[in-house]
Amino acid sequence: MTIASIIEFIYILAAIAFIFGLKMLSKAETARQGNLVSSIGMLMAVVATLVHQNVLSYQWIIAGGVIGASIGAIGAFRVKMTGMPEMVALFNGFGGAASLLVGLGEILSPGNISLIAISASYLAILIGSVTLTGSIIAWAKLAERMNTGAIFFKGQKYVNGLVATLLLVGGAIAVGALPHAMEIFLGLTALALVFGLLLVLPIGGADMPVVIALLNSYSGIAASAAGFAIGNNVLIVAGSLVGASGLILTNIMCKSMNRSLASVLFASLSDAPGKKKS
Amino acid sequence: MLLLFVFALSIFLGFELISKVPSQLHTPLMSGSNAISGIAIVGAIFAAGHTSNPDLKTYLGFFAVLAATINVVGGYLVTDRMLKMFRVERRDSQ
Repeated sequence: MTIASIIEFIYILAAIAFIFGLKMLSKAETARQGNLVSSIGMLMAVVATLVHQNVLSYQWIIAGGVIGASIGAIGAFRVKMTGMPEMVALFNGFGGAASLLVGLGEILSPGNISLIAISASYLAILIGSVTLTGSIIAWAKLAERMNTGAIFFKGQKYVNGLVATLLLVGGAIAVGALPHAMEIFLGLTALALVFGLLLVLPIGGADMPVVIALLNSYSGIAASAAGFAIGNNVLIVAGSLVGASGLILTNIMCKSMNRSLASVLFASLSDAPGKKKS
Repeated sequence: MLLLFVFALSIFLGFELISKVPSQLHTPLMSGSNAISGIAIVGAIFAAGHTSNPDLKTYLGFFAVLAATINVVGGYLVTDRMLKMFRVERRDSQ
């Protein structure tokens, strides 16, 4: 067996660990072991990637890994039990940021990548950006670092619609115009970051747990898009598992609050009677 | 095309994987699956280590590794803390 096929095999084992981990996490008796199984899957995926032939230098990887692991560990140990949900939001934002940066790296680096890879990179940027800024707002509202009420302006639904259209149409144009459209991509990235703010600011603090569950689903989809961008199976599998199961969990959480997802997301932007609930 | 196939199957698997979740597990499950989305670390490692002559992609990759590691390490640890507490609580209430 070549090293490349051993790596692919370890990726498959990692994907299986994620699947079993998620399944075990959804039952009280096995939840803690499930988390452990899933973390072993992650370790396998990381180690397999580190020995991949396309990884040529290690200093930047080690630097980023050491700093990131320290920040993550300190954050996880220092957070109070009551502050867990907002900590999850913050961690989730970093996951979105990672997909955003991977997508940006693919697009901005010279080299002939395929149209599919460019489109996927743009999707990773788009969804990763929304996840990043949306999660920061979710964190700030839950941690009461900002006004926890619904913050919106008159006619915002039209602005949101316009921004969404710009992101899609602009993205299609920029993808078609590569490699002469670097500035457009940077502009669209900035716009996508603003879009995350516009989406989450109008939602009241009481609904934030549902929003975090949805943003978690987004960060999975962003990782999956990054997987298409670099043609990597384990990213696609793990990302879409989180994306789909996150959506289901969001739905379950909405139901347990007797709300619909639409009313959580758009209540204050529409004239629906659900407005005062949050 | 194969990637799309993998994607479609994983989406369906993700939909089927979670059906009934007790409400106390909502937050830990969210947190645990959030840690899995840190799988972007794989893409980040490829970007940060793609050449021995650092360029823009290397630096973006460095920040991507940094962000993804926070997500992965923090995510798994915080989930474990939540679940540890959850088990103690259950034993007390019985």
